[in-house]
Amino acid sequence: MKLSFEVNGQARSVDVPPLKRLLDVLREDLGLTGAKEGCGEGECGACSVLLDGELVNSCLVPACQTAAARVVTIEAHEAKDGQASALQRAFIECGAAQCGICTPGMIVAAQCFLDSGQPPTERAVREALAGNLCRCTGYQKIIDAVQRAGTANQT
Amino acid sequence: MGEEGFASSETIGRSPERVDGADKVSGRALYLDDIQFPGQMWGRTVRSSVAHGLIKQVRFDPAFDWTQVIRVTANDIPGENVIHLIEDDQPCLAAKMVRHCEEPIALIASDDRERLEEALRHVQLEIEPLEPVLDPLKSTSVFKKLSIAHHVESLASAFAKAHRVVEGTYLVRHQEQMYIEPNAVCATPRADGGITLHGSMQCPFYVHRALQRLLKIDESKIAVIQTVTGGGFGGKEEYPSMIACHAALLAGKAGRPVKMVYRRDEDIAATTKRHPAIVKHRTAVAKDGALLGCEIDIVMDGGAYCTLSPVVASRGVLHAGGAYRWPACRIEGRVVATNTPPNGAFRGFGVPQTLFAIEAHMERIAVELGMDPLELRRKNAYALGDETPTGQKLTWSVAAQEALEAAASSSQYTEKRARFAREKNGRKRRGIGLSLALHGAGFTGAGEVKLKSRAGVELTPRGARVLSISTDIGQGTITIFAQMAADALGISLDQVEVALPDSSRMPDSGPTVASRTCMVVGGTIAKAAQEMARILCGYAAALHGVSEKNVTCRGGALYDGPRAICSFATIAERYLSDRGPLQVIEQYAPPPGIEWDEQSYRGDAYACYAWSGTAVEVAVDLDTGEVEVERVIQACDVGKAIHPVLCAGQVEGGVVQALGYALLEELVMKEGRAQNTRMQNYIIPTSLDAPHIETILIENPYPYGPHGAKGVGELPMDGPAPAVAAAVLNATGVLVPELPITPDRLLRMLEARR
Repeated sequence: MKLSFEVNGQARSVDVPPLKRLLDVLREDLGLTGAKEGCGEGECGACSVLLDGELVNSCLVPACQTAAARVVTIEAHEAKDGQASALQRAFIECGAAQCGICTPGMIVAAQCFLDSGQPPTERAVREALAGNLCRCTGYQKIIDAVQRAGTANQT
Repeated sequence: MGEEGFASSETIGRSPERVDGADKVSGRALYLDDIQFPGQMWGRTVRSSVAHGLIKQVRFDPAFDWTQVIRVTANDIPGENVIHLIEDDQPCLAAKMVRHCEEPIALIASDDRERLEEALRHVQLEIEPLEPVLDPLKSTSVFKKLSIAHHVESLASAFAKAHRVVEGTYLVRHQEQMYIEPNAVCATPRADGGITLHGSMQCPFYVHRALQRLLKIDESKIAVIQTVTGGGFGGKEEYPSMIACHAALLAGKAGRPVKMVYRRDEDIAATTKRHPAIVKHRTAVAKDGALLGCEIDIVMDGGAYCTLSPVVASRGVLHAGGAYRWPACRIEGRVVATNTPPNGAFRGFGVPQTLFAIEAHMERIAVELGMDPLELRRKNAYALGDETPTGQKLTWSVAAQEALEAAASSSQYTEKRARFAREKNGRKRRGIGLSLALHGAGFTGAGEVKLKSRAGVELTPRGARVLSISTDIGQGTITIFAQMAADALGISLDQVEVALPDSSRMPDSGPTVASRTCMVVGGTIAKAAQEMARILCGYAAALHGVSEKNVTCRGGALYDGPRAICSFATIAERYLSDRGPLQVIEQYAPPPGIEWDEQSYRGDAYACYAWSGTAVEVAVDLDTGEVEVERVIQACDVGKAIHPVLCAGQVEGGVVQALGYALLEELVMKEGRAQNTRMQNYIIPTSLDAPHIETILIENPYPYGPHGAKGVGELPMDGPAPAVAAAVLNATGVLVPELPITPDRLLRMLEARR
């Protein structure tokens, strides 16, 4: 099928099988390899992207469901001047990225949480990121980074 | 090189941004599967579904169109059909005999992934089943037997005069590393008949040597290059050799690059796990809690092939007595073969198994004596000058007591025990538990001497480039290496590059394992950088006509006494154009006086040990058996935290992985086959399962480590599981002697007590 949708603010059009996973469309057809595949069944969250503002596991979304939709990936998560976002800065400063394979999905999920306007309490951040697995950090520094970015936003 | 050799530093002990941080948070970091290799095909593995049997036929269904598919069996192997490691007993592709489920038998590759899956369904294996051995206690095939005998002549009298003899049996099971990036490689054939292998891995030279044996080609025709690696935890120590050999065979036959990326279920089912173990303790203890002697018997399940099992068992045996003085002891261990997928390296490498046993056993002893477990540990924990079961005298950097006290006091262990004892009502019971652990840093015994690790630096026009084969798998290797070089050369971190681990270009600094990277390789890099600084100072002195002994490198410049004479970059450029390239490679030198006898298992098992005290608070639901971890404090003596943020990151990550081991993670085996091979049913901790973690870094310097540093990678994995068991005991009165402490196991024990 011919799929037309918006990816990171740009109109894109690709010819793909209707059941091709959004993750593969992004990675293979559009060359956006920031979203990763960790499990292929919606458990690890490494492939997290926003679909019309909703956090989804792109490994579970067929291409046909994204027609005319707005998709936001990690590749959009930098300021217009190419500088890291406040959240990305916080990830670096707090040591929230170790091996880094979960990091793009974590940042997409965490930014989605911060944009919701909920107060970034430790509990709320833990709940918001419960769908994103990390095996390196023990989550502590990820939580710290999201809280730091969230608190900086509010002041 | 002693600690006094290092002046105060602008970078050591601080936490600069990790050098790969910007790439990782932006999604720009390229992992293996993110890279398109021109003309690449995809590879898949045909595996046995039988645990033990004779291969009668590998049949490629004639009804299927194989013209677009590359097929490889054992007959296609140019060299030896082995995955080279310790024993060379594991075939790359089984040819006659199958020894475990998921054993690779054939390989296929195609341009098209759907066709590949279709092709996989058209390979039929005819295997005549044989009786499998699945119970390690029934196995008669032993990979390695180990024995430590320490003042055993007084063991009988120790048991005779004991106030109590306490016995216990402890059981731990398979644990999956569950790095989020699965095993992945791409093999590219070269015009010279060689092969270039890119992949996610810890040890490029393991892969290099395995390819050499398998392909029977000159080592100069092989390049193994590590790509950004999405976690390892030991799971990418030896296994990448297997998948790399597979991809290389396919690529060789296809004449094109072949990429192999495991699906999660395949990765869980087929790759190495933490060794299951059964540990028996028999302890003689005095009325006042003094440990008088012990007998420990350890059986580990190695799985079907040797892999690293002898070394895992050795480390397990060497740590089995825990961080305690034993006037007399006998420790026996064996690792045996079963018809299950081979077990191998996993963070802790045999220690989490035996450390769980000794620490749970200490809780049992405390109960039998009616003694506070903290008091019991205090009374017996190692102090400087004590002797280990191998007769090693602990002459430096012993922080067992310090780590124990830090965990106890910051968790308010004593107060909380008293409080929880008063609050024994309702459905939820709270408890607190402690553990004490030690972890030998670097290779065991003479391992580091045999390795002869080499690493160094080369001069660049701006600063320096670090040369080693040590890999960053997330722990921050390249950042601390840059810190070490920058510090010794007196330049800023951004003047240092770290070269890509490439086995055709880099010196062999040894495998990235055994908590050795910072202490052993980092120290060697620091030494090489110091030598480079000395050379440059001499060069600058001659150039400026000043005395060499007054010239130093600091703050990005060279100084004659207090006077800056030129910038580092100026002298570097001048040196390079004047004298040509400058490369300094050093070989690791173990500290003096270290002696180890492999035959008798006596001597200095490790040059030094790192120490940890862990306190865990839990809430146990008596109706459901669920254990919630509410708080963890881990105090770790790391010698010196070169980069405190990265160091604490190791502690926090290790603690949560260990909490998974304690409560959640169990690979269920049935007839030798893993049953829960998905993230949906093999559960690792999420951000909600993980508690808030408090890390205390203790710096008791190791005189021969860089700036005093010891290893930290594995230490955090050792203590949390027994601390959880201790906390559950404190909450419920029941000691669960096995892992994981699942609700059904706990409920069964609570029932039995009623």
